[in-house]
Amino acid sequence: MEIVEILFTASFWAAAIRIASPLIFATLGEVICERVGVLNLGIEGIMVAGAFAGWMAVYSGTGLWIGVGVAMVVGMVFGLLHSTLTVPFGLSQHVVGLGVTLLATSSTYYAYRLALPEVTTPPKIDAFQPLEIPFLSDIPMLGEALFSQTPLTYLAFILVGIVSFVLYRTPLGLAVRAAGENPNAVAAQGLSVTAIRMGAVMVGSGFMAVGGAFLTMSAFDSFFFEMVNGRGWICIALVVFGSWRPGKALLGAVLFAAFDALQIRVQQTSFGTLVPYQIFLMVPYILSILALVIMSRRAEVPAALMVPFNKGER
Amino acid sequence: MNTTAVEALRLEGITKRFGALTANDAVSLSLNKGEVVALLGENGAGKTTLMNILFGQYAADSGTVHVFGKPLPSGNSRAALDAGVGMVHQHFTLADNLTVQENITLGAEPLLRIRADRQGARQRILDLSEKYHLQVSPDARVGTLTVGERQRVEILKALYRDVRILILDEPTAVLTPQEADDLFATLRLAIADGLSIIFISHKLHEVMAIADRVVVLRHGKVTGGVATKDTDKAALAAMMMGTQAQPPKVAAAMPGAVLLQLDQVCTPDQGSAPGLKSVSLALKAGQIIGLAGVSGNGQAALADVVGGTAKPTAGTLTLNGDDRLDWTPRIAVQSGIARIPEDRHKTGTIADFDLTENAILERYTAPDFSKSGWLNWRAARDFANAIITKYDVRCPGPDTPIRLLSGGNMQKLILGRTLEAAPQVILANQPVRGLDIGAVHYVHSQLLAARARGAAVLLISEDLDEVMALSDVIHVISDGRLSPGFARGELTPAQLGLWMAGQGFEDEMKHAS
Repeated sequence: MEIVEILFTASFWAAAIRIASPLIFATLGEVICERVGVLNLGIEGIMVAGAFAGWMAVYSGTGLWIGVGVAMVVGMVFGLLHSTLTVPFGLSQHVVGLGVTLLATSSTYYAYRLALPEVTTPPKIDAFQPLEIPFLSDIPMLGEALFSQTPLTYLAFILVGIVSFVLYRTPLGLAVRAAGENPNAVAAQGLSVTAIRMGAVMVGSGFMAVGGAFLTMSAFDSFFFEMVNGRGWICIALVVFGSWRPGKALLGAVLFAAFDALQIRVQQTSFGTLVPYQIFLMVPYILSILALVIMSRRAEVPAALMVPFNKGER
Repeated sequence: MNTTAVEALRLEGITKRFGALTANDAVSLSLNKGEVVALLGENGAGKTTLMNILFGQYAADSGTVHVFGKPLPSGNSRAALDAGVGMVHQHFTLADNLTVQENITLGAEPLLRIRADRQGARQRILDLSEKYHLQVSPDARVGTLTVGERQRVEILKALYRDVRILILDEPTAVLTPQEADDLFATLRLAIADGLSIIFISHKLHEVMAIADRVVVLRHGKVTGGVATKDTDKAALAAMMMGTQAQPPKVAAAMPGAVLLQLDQVCTPDQGSAPGLKSVSLALKAGQIIGLAGVSGNGQAALADVVGGTAKPTAGTLTLNGDDRLDWTPRIAVQSGIARIPEDRHKTGTIADFDLTENAILERYTAPDFSKSGWLNWRAARDFANAIITKYDVRCPGPDTPIRLLSGGNMQKLILGRTLEAAPQVILANQPVRGLDIGAVHYVHSQLLAARARGAAVLLISEDLDEVMALSDVIHVISDGRLSPGFARGELTPAQLGLWMAGQGFEDEMKHAS
């Protein structure tokens, strides 16, 4: 059976991890936002802006890591805009989020045209190259799949650990979670719900932008329109799939990416030629919906998600 | 007053306005170390507002707060906590999905500390809960705790922060008498350790039991201050109400025809709450039937069946001799059954709707308020204004969102909309929970007036005094079973207590078989 054989090739799993990486960054970002009580639908646009900003910075001559930093800062700026409107002003998080997505996407294209007015094919940059971890990359299968990736992928996995640690082991993480569960509890301890929520949304948005930057700086080496292609919306679903937990969200991202990598390969088998390719493109999404239905039954939504907090109101 | 006492707290000239409403008008208050001061007042008198100002949740428009001689900045809870002021809110500020320990340590450590000292915190919580008899597991999720346990967590939260002044906002409103006694025992231990307490309550006997001194607020102003040893309940009630409070007189009942008859009604259990087990009950015109019982013994199930929000699995409901099994809330309302729901916030009102909208909430499809699908807002507003005037609902106007009203005024609106429909049957479920004496007497007098008009009233209450004072016939509900009806004065409170504890029902079973 060809499909089963595919599952046992290292290159398949390497591709799955690579495809998962931007999803991991952005899903982590969304987890942080939703844990603090803010649904950030700006994710899709922030990923576009991050993809462009990181790539443009490197194209203009900065180092790759500086490029990642630029993407992060651009994401945080959009996070500041989003959280200013949704937290102190308490506006609808759906409307603001979609607005931020539209604004970030269109202003990215505008900036692209301003920066490169005459260009028909977007220029390439020297993107991140795979970094083989000594010894670990020599492990059969696992070595090629996990330890021969680009540094940004390693960063994604490390971030999952860091975010988990901060959320569950530090006073700051406790305050973040409490702000998403019952902001009154946070305010009653003399902490500023506004500051905690805005800060978390900014950091989360920064991660989303880095997820976008992965596409232009690690997966590919150039920027083109429609590059993000709905990945942000997938991340919104992955957050639910992962029950708002970083570790489970990582699992969901890898699972989705594996379906994606699998359908590309199945298309090229003898079986694949018999079926219209659109069917295969559909498969990861259908399986995601099914997985979501099963997984989200027991999910615990942060109790104050999408509930604005106004101090001193009764 | 002891002149050598250390002054823990001094409020001077606190004024706070919400729009046109002056919630606190130049209020001054002082508290000595180790002293318990009770803050007494009607609903809407400004007690909670004053305490929220002290705790820094509202900024006062004018006035100063001094804690142990040092001025406290206005509108800053952090500064209040740092100065040693803690508050247990009436509506708990706990996150249900977090553990007890997480709730207690929230904000107690610097936010940017890399690692929380979880073992140390856990030990401290265990020590405190042992010392003050506040048994609760640090690892339990708050959402799984009972109301009494949640309150222990709230108190532990304050003690964990080493507060020296503790504000308790109606702490016993949600507790059983047993839990309230435990709370008082805990507070006495804390007072012995030098804690000073401000205790907000409506319940006069509690105030007399725990407080050293009582300060009375009325319409946002301090109207009196007295040491508890120099006063009694009647005098306190008079200070609070402005006039001597008198419970309404109960005239003799003249029961008429059976309006609503429940025959062998059964409902399934709801989680830990039992369903009804073959309950039969007849509500007669001009009669108040009281339902006594410990909370969670099937009262909610019975209220749901009568109100139409739940269908019985067996048995029949008969209204005016008409057999009805397709019982829905709308049919119930249209058939002249009016409900005063148990939880006025959850099921009685819609917080962000204004008074007009809430007034017609149950009857907006009635011809009075809508014609061929169009709402008649003028009629609705006139109706709301009529209720406001007739039932003395204190509010800025009919366009005010109802969440801005105090509990008592909210209840008056519900009462008004219920009684103005001239219902045949009134289902009054905990009609005076959380209300002050003035409002309680008012609600009771209105229910008695409805009885005199010929309505059948089913009064469900956990307050035995209330049931015994109003009811012509008392049934006790225990584990979903209904006792036979007892006439007014037939049983003593102790005898009713035995029925409430489930005794006597077995005998009934034997008689039946």
